[in-house]
Amino acid sequence: MGVILKIENISKQYRLGMVGTGTLSHDLNRFWAKIRGKEDPYLKVGAVNNRTAKATEEYVWALQDINFEVQEGEVLGIIGKNGAGKSTLLKILSRVTSPTTGTIKTKGRIASLLEVGTGFHPELTGKENIYLNGAILGMTKAEIISKIDEIVEFSGCELYIDTPVKRYSSGMRVRLAFAVAAHLEPDILVIDEVLAVGDAEFQKKAIGKMQDISRSDGRTVLFVSHNMAAVKSLCTRAIVLEDGKIEFEGSTDEVVSHYLKGGAKLFNTKEFDENFENEIFKLEQISVNNSGKEILEPIIESEEIELTTSFRIKSTNPEKYHITYHLINELGEPMFSFSNTQNVPLQTGLNSLCCYFPKGFLQSGQYFLSLLVIENKKKAVFVERDILSFVVVDAGRELGVYMGREPGYIRPNFNWKRRS
Amino acid sequence: MSIKEDETWLYEISAKHKLIDLNFKEIWRYRDLLILFVKRDIVTVYKQTILGPLWYLIQPLFTSIIFTLVFNNLGNIQTGGVPPFLFNLAGITAWNYFKVCLTGSSNTFRANAGLFGKVYFPRVIMPLSITISNLLKFGIQLFIFIGFYMYYYFAKGFDLGFNNTLILFPIYVMMMALLGLGLGMIISSFTTKYRDLKVLVGFAVSLLMYLSAVPYPLAEAQNKFPDYAFQFVKYNPVTQIIEGFRYMLLNTGSFSWTSVGYTLVVCFVTFLIGLIIFNKTEKSFIDTV
Repeated sequence: MGVILKIENISKQYRLGMVGTGTLSHDLNRFWAKIRGKEDPYLKVGAVNNRTAKATEEYVWALQDINFEVQEGEVLGIIGKNGAGKSTLLKILSRVTSPTTGTIKTKGRIASLLEVGTGFHPELTGKENIYLNGAILGMTKAEIISKIDEIVEFSGCELYIDTPVKRYSSGMRVRLAFAVAAHLEPDILVIDEVLAVGDAEFQKKAIGKMQDISRSDGRTVLFVSHNMAAVKSLCTRAIVLEDGKIEFEGSTDEVVSHYLKGGAKLFNTKEFDENFENEIFKLEQISVNNSGKEILEPIIESEEIELTTSFRIKSTNPEKYHITYHLINELGEPMFSFSNTQNVPLQTGLNSLCCYFPKGFLQSGQYFLSLLVIENKKKAVFVERDILSFVVVDAGRELGVYMGREPGYIRPNFNWKRRS
Repeated sequence: MSIKEDETWLYEISAKHKLIDLNFKEIWRYRDLLILFVKRDIVTVYKQTILGPLWYLIQPLFTSIIFTLVFNNLGNIQTGGVPPFLFNLAGITAWNYFKVCLTGSSNTFRANAGLFGKVYFPRVIMPLSITISNLLKFGIQLFIFIGFYMYYYFAKGFDLGFNNTLILFPIYVMMMALLGLGLGMIISSFTTKYRDLKVLVGFAVSLLMYLSAVPYPLAEAQNKFPDYAFQFVKYNPVTQIIEGFRYMLLNTGSFSWTSVGYTLVVCFVTFLIGLIIFNKTEKSFIDTV
């Protein structure tokens, strides 16, 4: 044991906008500074990597002062939102690009899987592609020859192995590609979200293989993913990247819950201003949370979920109105609608209504709500689409079980009985 | 963490790098990949074509015919007792190899940006594989040249002697490869950020052919060109290669050890400069390509 990989002060600067004559003049300036033995003048500037802010400078720091160490045999998870710098970090680690400042020291060979099936040639057969892809990933021919049978078997594409890859289904191509990647034997393996491929059976196999790689072979793995379930089951330690900086570092459980809390701030509750008001109705707040839990905590699928709507009815005939929600899944498909007509009549003034989804009713995923206020059960007086979005997460699964999403959106716990 | 431990790092990835970083060790480590790329290039180019490798033959043959019509019949260029068709075929065969090495490797970074953006291997493997796989094409074209050579020698009774310098043949092939590769790598490196050169390469290569004594012997250039043009043609290393080529195969034109030495040096220097620039560019070209 010991430190196998040491990342010191890694920063990466990118230029915003397009390459043109402006870049040429900057390049000349830089060249001139270099000749005089001075520092690159553009390293002093650069905005923080915040995608949504308006660009005020020409340079941006995709990564800034990243420092961490990886112990031998450790599986380190790297999580963060889109654009937080994860991929940039992986690119630097895998030597696809070089850092602007800082050094990475390593005691082992790094192989990276930023994409499965890199360099597959559609005209070559499956077997030829195994050799080519393996060599691209850094295996020698002797290594591939010794493992070819294993790879073919792991991919489950034996029948098609002498057929050009262009005739493969996309799933088969991915299986073959992952099979090659899984048989890499570098000292340090860098993986970017390759688990999100293949069907359930194959995912199980892939996760199992990854565990073998890290556990039994004692290989060091850096794993970047959005899949919290996979991060939880594979990694021993994790870091969170935000706006190009390390925002949090710790054990996987700490990091995952920290990360999900951060995400929840954005989604699970929303207060409304005068734009959500008309002569009959004024919307105040909508929030979603697990019953008995804080709003800022992540919403877990295996517990009851509470939807609270606060609004004012200005009309003196509140019984004429009711509210209806449409629940829409992440593909934008409406799943069902529900309303308060049956049991809770509205009243003039402030109403604060709760609606409960039973345990396991909603599966992990992102959902959107549309709100309608209906008059006399026929006329919509207030319509607001996608008024709130919220994310339901998986509570964490046991090691080695299927990591992907189950099909569908609801996950009810039905009553099962054995008939004697 | 002791100092001793710090010394055992296998390698470092850092912003700074040595000026000259040739990385031969790493290239050697990836030799299997080089072989597989060569194989891939050869196997896949003519998949699903009916004539297949015959296409390799058609192109130089037609070019030679046209050259013979234009330059020798129409333009009345003297080829010194050698059948003009054969003269042109020899020049074009050699020129073609240089040209594919140059154009193939000059596109390395842009053509492979997708692959290079995902995985690391010494990038120079790519242009090297292009150079090697084109050797096969060159071999096939040489074969057709030998066929016509036989025809003119036996059926037409031309007196075509090989020359003793034929033993230099492999060195000439190597010089062409080094020069094409070197120039290609330089161009490829410069086009990652500014694409201007790419536009230039397109027509410059075809113009360069006329300044490399491909369709005429150097002696004709001396007689008919203005002096500055002749000097350019004379010191153009490609001219020297092509002249030398024709000299050894057809026993025509001029040859001197000085020019062989000169060309060899130019080719090596170009290749080294190309490799240095290429290796410097490969580290972060993906950000600007």
